Amino acid sequence: MLIDDRMIQGIFFYIFALIAIISAIMVTVSRNTVHSVFFLILDFVSISCLFIMSGAEFLGMIMLIVYVGAVAVLFLFVVMMLNVAQQENEWFQSKKSKEQNSSHIPVGFLISTIIFFELIVVIGGWKLKPEIFSNLKPEVMLGTTNTHSIGSVLYTDYIHLFQISGMILLVSMIGAIVLTYKKRVGLKRQSYVRQISREKISGVEIVNVDKNKGVKIDV
Amino acid sequence: MSLFYLETLLIETYKIIFLVLPVLTAVALIVWLDRRVWAFVQKRRGPNVVGPFGLLQSLADALKYIFKEIIIPATSNKIIFILAPIVTMTLALIAWAVIPFDENLVLADINVGILYLFAVSSLGVYGIIMGGWASNSKYPFFGSIRSAAQMVSYEVSIGVIIINVLLCVGSLNLTDIVLAQKDMWFILPLFPMFVIFFISALAETNRPPFDLPEAEAELVAGYQTEYSGMMYAMFWLGEYANILLMCALGSILFLGGWLSPIDLYPLNLIPPVVWFIIKMLFLFILFALVKAIVPRYRYDQLMKLGWKMFLPFSLIYVVLTSSFLIYFDLLPKV
Repeated sequence: MLIDDRMIQGIFFYIFALIAIISAIMVTVSRNTVHSVFFLILDFVSISCLFIMSGAEFLGMIMLIVYVGAVAVLFLFVVMMLNVAQQENEWFQSKKSKEQNSSHIPVGFLISTIIFFELIVVIGGWKLKPEIFSNLKPEVMLGTTNTHSIGSVLYTDYIHLFQISGMILLVSMIGAIVLTYKKRVGLKRQSYVRQISREKISGVEIVNVDKNKGVKIDV
Repeated sequence: MSLFYLETLLIETYKIIFLVLPVLTAVALIVWLDRRVWAFVQKRRGPNVVGPFGLLQSLADALKYIFKEIIIPATSNKIIFILAPIVTMTLALIAWAVIPFDENLVLADINVGILYLFAVSSLGVYGIIMGGWASNSKYPFFGSIRSAAQMVSYEVSIGVIIINVLLCVGSLNLTDIVLAQKDMWFILPLFPMFVIFFISALAETNRPPFDLPEAEAELVAGYQTEYSGMMYAMFWLGEYANILLMCALGSILFLGGWLSPIDLYPLNLIPPVVWFIIKMLFLFILFALVKAIVPRYRYDQLMKLGWKMFLPFSLIYVVLTSSFLIYFDLLPKV
């Protein structure tokens, strides 16, 4: 049998693509929420493998670090804290009355329809008029690693968009903190500085105790 | 044509085996070293019975683990329960693929080596979360939640520290990072970053004083509580392989990897691999000493240290480093 580079690439591509698609389906199908998140992680990992296969190793690694290393951990965190067993059946059909459908299905249907039409517009436009997209593409520098080429485009031509997206993320982060922050009163906090700077003179007080009167400590 | 691919496959397998076997042996030896150093600080003898100086202690332990029964709790989620130690072990081993032991002695010399290491070490948290959740028991669950929060927090500061080093190198390739230290190891200009890296590495690998996920006083053994036999041993091996990996990363980023301190006659003769091992051992002995001499942190102190001290300080240091490099026109040319 003849094997060449393209065939091996093809085999690996189809393996990773198959894993990605199957795990994406399993995310929605599996009843256990934690299993869904694990399938989502598998999906992210296989997508990043596909990125690496197509030569975008920087994107693949960033995908692993950001999505798998941070975002999915937070998903898992939230999902584990919830009481999963209760929700398992309530998601698609409300337990109380079977006729009354849950409100999640129409919303999900709407969102998926919108995404579907967006995909049709993008892919259809790309097929019909490829020159529109080739004008938008920044020039690819040959002979440098793709980390360098991403950096040289991102920090020169698109610096404003980059900074704006950073600002949006910062604002949303601060917003989330402000929303969940509540000041608790009556909390005893430790202060290292006060603990370390305590001296014998100020820490110990010698009291002359009157006979048969005692002294009141712990003011 | 197909013979060529078969040959490549065989050669790569051969290389992988000759990387994994020394790593596993090294892990067995550093477990012994860890216990010896710990005992030395506490004026005990430590393991000294099996083999010369007790060197074969880990082998004896491994034999014991192999012959123990693997107990899977009835209420656990069995697939994930079994998967968790495998994930920990695999992730601890695949990271070694990009570690350069010498200028050309590296399994995969990829352009984004440091990102790969960072990604793999950030995936390490999954073994712990999966183990803790699948056990379906309170102590493991608390342990895994703690550990997830801890590892995610300290990863952030490690990431910023790595940015500091990358600013001085101008490449994400680990070989380039080492070669950039030919004139001066990065520990000299970035000494505060080295200290923070060391402490964050302790927290990232759940070593004392940050071993809250397995704090035996509160959580029995944290996420490992329900594990037994070989599965427990795999967690344990993965943990030590991760510690060794952090030592390797520290010596690559700050101590000049395989380079000798000064390029002079007697030091030249020592092979580069030996220098690399000496540096890793030095860092590991520091890890072991810290375990022996420092009491465990409280959880809020841990989070405070990570988010309120290390992160701002290393961010400020990024600004400092980059302004210094720009002012003196030392930025690496790409």
